[in-house]
Amino acid sequence: MDGIHDMGGTHGWGTVAIQPDEPVFEEQWHARTFALGLASMGASGTNLDAFRHALERLHPVEYLADGYYGRWLAAAELLLVDSGVLAPGAVEARARRLGGEDVVEPADVEVCKPSYERGGPGSLRQIDDEPAFEVGQQVRARDLRKRGHTRMPAYVRGRTGVVDARRPAAVLPDSTAHFTGEDAQHVYTVRFESTDLWGSDAEVSTVYIDLFESYLEKTL
Amino acid sequence: MTADSRTADRPPAALRAEALEALLTERGLVKTDVLDGFINRYVNDVGPLNGAKVVAKAWVDPDYRARLLADGTGAIKELGFGGPQGEHIVVVENTDEVHNVVVCTLCSCYPWPVLGLPPNWYKDPAYRARVVREPRALLAEMGLVVDGAVEIKVWDSSAENRYFVLPRRPAGSENLSEEELTALVSRDAMVGVADVKVAS
Repeated sequence: MDGIHDMGGTHGWGTVAIQPDEPVFEEQWHARTFALGLASMGASGTNLDAFRHALERLHPVEYLADGYYGRWLAAAELLLVDSGVLAPGAVEARARRLGGEDVVEPADVEVCKPSYERGGPGSLRQIDDEPAFEVGQQVRARDLRKRGHTRMPAYVRGRTGVVDARRPAAVLPDSTAHFTGEDAQHVYTVRFESTDLWGSDAEVSTVYIDLFESYLEKTL
Repeated sequence: MTADSRTADRPPAALRAEALEALLTERGLVKTDVLDGFINRYVNDVGPLNGAKVVAKAWVDPDYRARLLADGTGAIKELGFGGPQGEHIVVVENTDEVHNVVVCTLCSCYPWPVLGLPPNWYKDPAYRARVVREPRALLAEMGLVVDGAVEIKVWDSSAENRYFVLPRRPAGSENLSEEELTALVSRDAMVGVADVKVAS
């Protein structure tokens, strides 16, 4: 989907500073949220791709408001509410009660976890399909504009690059995030010249990006 | 951002996290000690020291270096490191001609088994947005000036492959032991936003 998460090449973010001796977790709630985020996938009957898509589905303000773990917290809640494990508003109501407010918590709703089959643990799969592309071949990133989850950043859409390597086949996040199957396919690292991505006056570099076979097409 | 009506009046994140944990614990869906275990793993056991050991070994052992570049996941596993976010690790080597730098523009994918959890700068929108577009300028702002003759390769971790930079061994480190070399290797060098230097 087109959204706040797809940041590659966007302007206006300012600079970034390395913070020496940064702790793994700056705040206690960051640590708890990290663990809760991991646990939320199992508790909601979902998966990592659905979790990433939940991050993307947050309102842009929500995505940025409380930083990285703020969006983990919101995404975990979103998956749990989607699955009926928690009622909408349950987290806020409980938080208000913890803060001393006298509010009524919503009643539980019916659990409706997604039903889908996994072909195994993790994301890598053995597949028998012949790879459609070979190393050294010129390819174009298709001009896909999916409404749902995808791992093709907007900045390569329609751009031409060269296959640099073929990686292990993997489940397609565009499918697994929506529980419609695994659709395992070949994955390629594709090399793009910066000037082909950002224009002729771009800083010269090469960008390597991993793209699923269905994201690519032949150029000839 | 706090002026926005979406977030202005709601309880702070720390309370919402506490609320979420309580709701899940009460329902028997998570156990406190399991959550503690996830946290302890990345606070105490899995961090950039793992990656530094991989780098130092590659610097002193040419056969290991060759295995590492050919099969990152397997060579890293030889040292006992693996697990979530490390299903397939690709090691890219910095040389006098090429400088590699790693990003995840879509979220913040990072090779947890060798580096632990990502630092704030890696998760910063400015890093995610800019390093694919103006890496040389951004790296300079972050304190690493890459020679104009050196090619910059940016690796955007958009699938389940995780990229890990094998930095250049610094001049003046010829007589250091593997253990001493390990102590030199910083997290930032293994993502590609710093070089390794011998302490002066």
